[in-house]
Amino acid sequence: MSVDISTVKRVAHLARIAVSEDDAARMTGQLNTILGFVEQLNEVNVDGVEPMTSVTPMAMKKRPDVVDDGKKAADIVANAPIHEENFFVVPKVVE
Amino acid sequence: MTDLTALTIAEAREQLKAKAITATELTGAYIQAIENANDALNAYIVTTPEKALEMAKASDARLASGNAGALEGIPLGIKDLFGTEGIHTQAASHILDGFKPHYESTVTANLWADGAVMLGKLNMDEFAMGSSNETSYYGPVKNPWRAKGSNADLVPGGSSGGSAAAVAARLCAGATATDTGGSIRQPAAFTGTVGIKPTYGRCSRWGIVAFASSLDQAGPIARDVRDAAILLKSMASVDAKDTTSVDIAVPDYESAIGKPLAGLKIGIPKEYRVDGMPEEIEKLWQQGIAWLKDAGASIVDISLPHTKYALPAYYIVAPAEASSNLARYDGVRYGLRVPGKDIVDMYERTRATGFGEEVKRRIMIGTYVLSAGYYDAYYLQAQKVRNLIKKDFENVFHAGVDAILTPATPSAAFGIADQDMAADPVKMYLNDIFTVTVNMAGLPGIAVPAGLDARGLPLGLQLIGRPFDEGTLFQTAYVIEQAAGKFNAPKWW
Repeated sequence: MSVDISTVKRVAHLARIAVSEDDAARMTGQLNTILGFVEQLNEVNVDGVEPMTSVTPMAMKKRPDVVDDGKKAADIVANAPIHEENFFVVPKVVE
Repeated sequence: MTDLTALTIAEAREQLKAKAITATELTGAYIQAIENANDALNAYIVTTPEKALEMAKASDARLASGNAGALEGIPLGIKDLFGTEGIHTQAASHILDGFKPHYESTVTANLWADGAVMLGKLNMDEFAMGSSNETSYYGPVKNPWRAKGSNADLVPGGSSGGSAAAVAARLCAGATATDTGGSIRQPAAFTGTVGIKPTYGRCSRWGIVAFASSLDQAGPIARDVRDAAILLKSMASVDAKDTTSVDIAVPDYESAIGKPLAGLKIGIPKEYRVDGMPEEIEKLWQQGIAWLKDAGASIVDISLPHTKYALPAYYIVAPAEASSNLARYDGVRYGLRVPGKDIVDMYERTRATGFGEEVKRRIMIGTYVLSAGYYDAYYLQAQKVRNLIKKDFENVFHAGVDAILTPATPSAAFGIADQDMAADPVKMYLNDIFTVTVNMAGLPGIAVPAGLDARGLPLGLQLIGRPFDEGTLFQTAYVIEQAAGKFNAPKWW
């Protein structure tokens, strides 16, 4: 499988990365090189093989469903480019 | 007085305990060494000399009162991927501009609890994506090693290039690093240092900037096998904050060093003999086999039939996980924000400006393989192949093999701005051909220097172990180190 420039632009938009016409053209070539490389996986017979879900055979650790952390709003917004009264500030999203 | 930066961690530990030196003197020597060398090597992104001296002073007090920890007074460099409270943590990316976490990663917290001293944050490939340290927003790191009679700058490998270069150039006693596809072992091999990627789940991933969560593991880069064992003991822990952290007590890895190899069975996989591999690497591998045989190990030929599919499967799984993990960099919660005409435009401009080329490429691949209509063909197929790769190893271990010996990399260090690799991303990816299988199967792997090539550049061997059997890797790697000797870069910087 290979991608064309319009697919690259669509994927860039899905990934929320702005691309110029030149970027998209360059990426098309590079992505096709990589997709060509991974194509060889199709040779592998995977009949009856389960997809890996955990690399170590372990049960997911569980903990009691209790609040054990919190009251850190100021810490959480401290690194935001813009914040006000413990809220993240973003451009207007609802007209 | 001898140069304090020449001491290994084990040697410094003895001298500190004997009060022959102080932590403040040792730390001062490293601060001076970094000041002299960092302009040339670019191994550190940020140095923290004041914090280092403050920590050293506290270490001296604990040494004096007999309360010294396992790493008391030992100055370390920390890869920029580890969250360090109040200190620059950017994964060497522009998109995390100004980020200073209000928390400390579990691994670094473990090191400080054991008395280690922080010298600063080390350069790396952006978000740990790269094999040459050239994708860093802070510029490439130079390898302290150069070919004989040449002034050409070489890469230190990646992504933990700053860690490997700093250890090789004695700009820290040891360093933290991380390995998703070879990012500890390949730079260790390129710089004549020892690097171990422990079993998945051995070191907590909590507080480490995530790249591909099912593959990422932290581990040390050190000057020798013993130092790597000392560091891993302190870095590893059982951590409730990481659900993939495994509930197995951390053993004393150092006690495995010096044990005889009699009774150990070492597997030699035929699939690791690849086309175009330099003669010297084949020779080194044979030399390694001979050393282990001489030390009493039995050598068996083995087959890991799905080896060649590990790298292509990795380049689906890792970008898929990365595209998801890196979705959080949106210009809202931390780091860079580039204004736009609306919120989506703001996201897109921020991410276009903040991410470098390689990171964008991987996010794009990941987004594509996870997108509607392609998930089964790419991601599901890769996860099935991943199970087959793991099964290959399980079969071999089940048959009684204790560890597997392979070359660490298909070549020695290459030049900065290598034209071939710049033109074709897959050429760069092939650097990880021998290391990536280990991440796909979640196993421990160690790279240990085993010799120099004809140009005088270090080459490494890799040992792969059973899950949570890092002890056997230290035991076996130490035998190689004893036979090969240690390698120091002639100082030019």
